[in-house]
Amino acid sequence: MRSSFIGWVRLFFCWRTKMTDHSQDLKKTPLDSLHRELGAKMVPFAGYDMPVQYPAGVLSEHLHTREQASLFDVSHMGQAAIRGDNPVAALEALVPGDLAALSNGQVRYTMFTNDQGGILDDLMVTRRGDHLFLIVNAACKDQDYALMQAGLAPGNALEIFEDRALLALQGPKAATVLGRLAPAARLLDFMTSEPISVGDIHCIISRSGYSGEDGYEISVPADEADRLARLLLNEDEVRPAGLGARDSLRLEAGLCLYGSDIDETTTPIQAGLIWTISQRRRSEGGFPGAAVIAKEIANGAARKRVGIKPEGKAPARAHTQITDKDGNIIGEITSGGYGPSVSGPVAMGYVKTAFAKPGTPVDLLVRGKAQPAQIFKLPFSEHRYYKG
Amino acid sequence: MSVKFTEEHEWIRVDGDIATVGITDYAQEQLGDVVFVEVPEEGKQLEQGDDAAVVESVKAASEIFAPITGEVTAGNAVLEDAPATINNDAEGDGWIFKMTIVDETELDDLMDTAAYKSYVADLD
Repeated sequence: MRSSFIGWVRLFFCWRTKMTDHSQDLKKTPLDSLHRELGAKMVPFAGYDMPVQYPAGVLSEHLHTREQASLFDVSHMGQAAIRGDNPVAALEALVPGDLAALSNGQVRYTMFTNDQGGILDDLMVTRRGDHLFLIVNAACKDQDYALMQAGLAPGNALEIFEDRALLALQGPKAATVLGRLAPAARLLDFMTSEPISVGDIHCIISRSGYSGEDGYEISVPADEADRLARLLLNEDEVRPAGLGARDSLRLEAGLCLYGSDIDETTTPIQAGLIWTISQRRRSEGGFPGAAVIAKEIANGAARKRVGIKPEGKAPARAHTQITDKDGNIIGEITSGGYGPSVSGPVAMGYVKTAFAKPGTPVDLLVRGKAQPAQIFKLPFSEHRYYKG
Repeated sequence: MSVKFTEEHEWIRVDGDIATVGITDYAQEQLGDVVFVEVPEEGKQLEQGDDAAVVESVKAASEIFAPITGEVTAGNAVLEDAPATINNDAEGDGWIFKMTIVDETELDDLMDTAAYKSYVADLD
């Protein structure tokens, strides 16, 4: 048996870095001993030793998240702040997101773009009083920080938080659980953030996540992370979940993974992320690649990110070619695997725009054989974000 | 009935003229939850080392190789609807295919139970 498992882990690299993982150089999160205590299988990921699964396994962790609540350690991700004369204007020069419109505590999903309109990384930005709070991908954080340090207008500076952990509590029971420990959490609207204490642990909690379910992302001082994690895991509904389940959950939810579904060669328009660019920013521009993106908005993009549902049982994974029914290549899968909540294979990828309509029949070249599939309107698993 | 093992974590059990092939418990544990299995068709001719089957877990796709040369006589039909049988009973009900034995001496190349155990111990 030869397994492509290590290849799967490789997918998660920011394409702007080289692969230079050495086990002895792997960084650890503040929850490292807890993971080992829980029997996690650890793998290298973006330079960190991370839990890919616990003894329950990916399938069980995935299903539990959609049924109750799972706790994920995402402390490898970057947390930072922009402070200064005008953090909003400074960051708007680097992203197409509308940050001026953010109310205090509001969280927005956006991306760093390059001059070709390609995506350098995706990130979450929160307006917090006089500064912006950012969460960036682990694999790209060094490049993102360098980009900001070089690109923020004078009078504004980047502060990197090396001493904070990040936990994600995701699932329909997340609010019930966190509400027991911190009643204010129940009142948080989706995509808003507040400093909220869990007992005597000072956290910054946002109602957001990467699973398609209701849930929270909790920023906590590194030296309190273990205690907080144990408090949450102590609740009956909560089980630990690793990066394996995190990936299958977000794939079913139709959410992009940077380095797989979005990268420097994809524009936000091709990726179906036009909704992240407000009318004001579309007309005013003022971010890298604005002209390219404006042209694509006006004329349409040549290709589009779509869901793809294989008709059989065989999963079709990243880099699988997509053809029309005559065998002509029309696109490629960028993320694919098994969807536990839909009990079958699921995938995302790009196809020529003419083939992007849901229901369009296509073929997938899996191990050299054409497997029938259909274009599918994302998500595979309906979003259940908190609507108040 | 003797059982032998390959370095790729396949097991092969000989019963008269027919050999049964699967992956070891160690392999299923490494793979994680199995979600799809592609078993070879009856009649397929396999040389030792050829791609014989595919086992897909949530995490990854794995190729299963023919431990010896022969012809496939059956694929395990149970695995179509119950791929997790490989996780539950990799070395029993989770067998993947059966085949004829063209050259018994090919089995001599493979590890016996003790050798496989120590091979796996060295891997971890």
